[in-house]
Amino acid sequence: MLRRFCIRWIPAFISWLVAPSWVFAFSRSGARVWLPEGISTVAPEIDRLFYIVLVLTSVVFVLVQGTLLVFLVRYRRRPGRKASYSHGNYRVEVVWTLIPAIILIWLAFQNQRVWSKVRGTPPPADLEVEVTAEQFAWNIRYAGQDGAFNTQDDVLTINQLHLPIHQTILIHLKSKDVIHSFFVPQFRFKQDVVPGLTTHVWLSATKSGQYEIACAELCGLGHYRMRGFLTVESPEAFTAWLAEMFKEQTAS
Amino acid sequence: MNRSSHKSPGFVQKYIFSTDHKTIGIQFLITSLFMLFFGGLLAMLIRWQLGWPGHSLAFMEKIAPEGMPGGIMVPEYFNMLFTMHGSVMIFFAIIPLLVGVFGNYLIPLKIGAGDMAFPRLNMISFWLVPVSIAIVCTGFFLQGGAAASGWTAYAPLSTTMGPGQLCWIIGVIVLGSSSIMGAVNYITTIINLRAPGMTYFRLPMSIWALFITAIITVLATPVLASALILLLLDSTLGTSFFLPAGMIIDGVLQPNAGGQALLWQHLFWFYSHPAVYIMILPAMGIASEVIPVFARKPLFGYHSMVWAIMAIAILGFLVWAHHMFTSGMNPALGTSFMASTMVIALPSAIKTFNWLGTLWRGSIRLTTPMLHALAFVSMFVIGGLTGIFAAASTVDLYLHDTYFIVGHLHYVLFGGSLFGIFAGITFWFPKMFGRLLNETLGKIHFALTLIFFNGVMFPMFILGVAGMPRRIYDYTQYAHLAHVGGLNRMMSVSAFCLGAAQLIFMFNFFWSMYRGKKAGENPWQANTLEWATASPPPHGNFEKTPTVYHGPYEYSVPGRKDDWLPQHQPAK
Ligand SMILES: [Cu+2]
Ligand SMILES: [Cu+2]
Repeated sequence: MLRRFCIRWIPAFISWLVAPSWVFAFSRSGARVWLPEGISTVAPEIDRLFYIVLVLTSVVFVLVQGTLLVFLVRYRRRPGRKASYSHGNYRVEVVWTLIPAIILIWLAFQNQRVWSKVRGTPPPADLEVEVTAEQFAWNIRYAGQDGAFNTQDDVLTINQLHLPIHQTILIHLKSKDVIHSFFVPQFRFKQDVVPGLTTHVWLSATKSGQYEIACAELCGLGHYRMRGFLTVESPEAFTAWLAEMFKEQTAS
Repeated sequence: MNRSSHKSPGFVQKYIFSTDHKTIGIQFLITSLFMLFFGGLLAMLIRWQLGWPGHSLAFMEKIAPEGMPGGIMVPEYFNMLFTMHGSVMIFFAIIPLLVGVFGNYLIPLKIGAGDMAFPRLNMISFWLVPVSIAIVCTGFFLQGGAAASGWTAYAPLSTTMGPGQLCWIIGVIVLGSSSIMGAVNYITTIINLRAPGMTYFRLPMSIWALFITAIITVLATPVLASALILLLLDSTLGTSFFLPAGMIIDGVLQPNAGGQALLWQHLFWFYSHPAVYIMILPAMGIASEVIPVFARKPLFGYHSMVWAIMAIAILGFLVWAHHMFTSGMNPALGTSFMASTMVIALPSAIKTFNWLGTLWRGSIRLTTPMLHALAFVSMFVIGGLTGIFAAASTVDLYLHDTYFIVGHLHYVLFGGSLFGIFAGITFWFPKMFGRLLNETLGKIHFALTLIFFNGVMFPMFILGVAGMPRRIYDYTQYAHLAHVGGLNRMMSVSAFCLGAAQLIFMFNFFWSMYRGKKAGENPWQANTLEWATASPPPHGNFEKTPTVYHGPYEYSVPGRKDDWLPQHQPAK
């Protein structure tokens, strides 16, 4: 009986295990497909929460699937053995309701701590930027010297967002037409940009370099190419760039 | 019921405009299996573009000269493909398969009734489905193609689209009315037509699940229908329910004023989150039905299973905005919807543990329906657990609208609903057609489906973690996605194999319908009432209305020779 079971099911389990290894057979570069580097002050906290959930769910996953497999082998049909007659066990059910309940409540509190930081009242800003999305581009507006928007000295760019490192930045998101979503994977957040609403998000970058802004909400046929470029640089380099852009703008 | 008083109906009455719930159930089955196949073909095209972006698929030029000129897909066509894949699968495959097929076929049989309470309404509710399919699919032949704003049809984008989008809106309204008619019928039938002795707590779990599903349908679908009507007015008559002032589209300032784009999302998800449960509760019911039969053991915790379904139904109406954590709604709402979503994980966990408890010390037979039911449990666990990532609103800020979500929803809707559907079809096929499906073909189909399903869907989680947005025609231009091509190709190959494996199912289905072994009344030695009559059951279902003496899961009762005890047989 056991032999027949093995002959029948072990090939199935093996092919099951083979499936994931296809990943490597097909992957040419061999680069790790996982979280991109986090470059904002909140990224480590969001990642920490991600890994907490990953560990919790993995433990439950292994326990449940393992139990299932063990039961399938142990309680498979065998001649002469009858199934036990039981409609359940009240005490067991209470236990397996309470344990996940406690874990989920704990997780909700963990999540809320980070949520209120990321989405609560923003800290005082060092720099404000206005980003207006349209099909299919990001219009960026800096307030310029006077610190006020919609004045003579505003600096405007298309798809070029430069931000000074280690400063608190407040971004005002607006849309001209349909809904878009401002997504910088390295910042670990996205925010939909809704026509008729101005949404405020804050962030502080912790690593300089070149990154990309993706549109994460379907916005029409050019959605896939609605890509912006983000440069995080030192405050000096940023000021110089802004002055340069202003010069170009007044010259033309 | 005296069957001789029915005069034998003509062909049209018997097979086309039939009011017999069994014929209607089978009509639903054939229609929605066909749409399942069609939706799968759309998915293959999506996977072609994602696996080999911009490569030519020569034969498609003949089928879609505008969408794939020279066999190379254009972005509009890609948007249309995933929109229609989602819409076809949800509206024309999963919901009709679970609710239309099993609701119609099983409810009267399992409660011991001769037919539905309103047979004619039932017939109309079926015939509205092909009408709806025809309307939605007309879009394929119109200028600009079918709907292309996602199955979620977010305003304002959906109001700026061509005639295909209007077809989609009207078609879904028609389908909604069909669902409502069906649901009213199910509720009435279950309340009024139960056989003597069939108390509520003797109802099989599949009937409980369909009952609660019908209540959810009646409460949620009208909200979707009214939202769709508002969307239609915004698109055609210039109203501004969802359109704010100052929108500039194609360089033209729009005349609208005073609308709220987020209102559409609230209304849409107020239906569509409960709809997730419309698409999973009946599958849970099927699993709860199949597992005890093949474990030869009573269902573990019947009462708590019932309470869990009710809790899911009630809580399901309080969690809709977890789809909107990044939408720009008040962050305080994010907190409350995160909390309610965490709570709704509990009843699902309880159900999972109860299925495991049913297997514990059982005598397990791994037949095809049982394998599908076990895969349902196993895959639904993955779908549920990955839901916790999305429920944690802060993690969702990153994962929302990435492939992680696509993976999650496919583990729920394919890994959950569709394995449940396969379990149901393979389990009740002998009852429906009087013949058994071929077990060997069934097991091969099961194994290939399980392997290749995971081959397509599991990597989606990894892609999501790597930050790949969903609904992206060409991901290769993004620097952070430069290295995901290999994984995508592996998924595409798995998808094609998954599609091919379904041909085995199709063959088995139609071959066994005529050539399968005769099933007899009760091939699985099961307890519920549908097995107490001929296969297929005659018009009117039962020779004599059965009387019910006990619950549906009396297996391996001590002191009895047989290890089953049918509901209509007294214990002594
Ligand atoms: Cu966009
Ligand atoms: Cu939901």
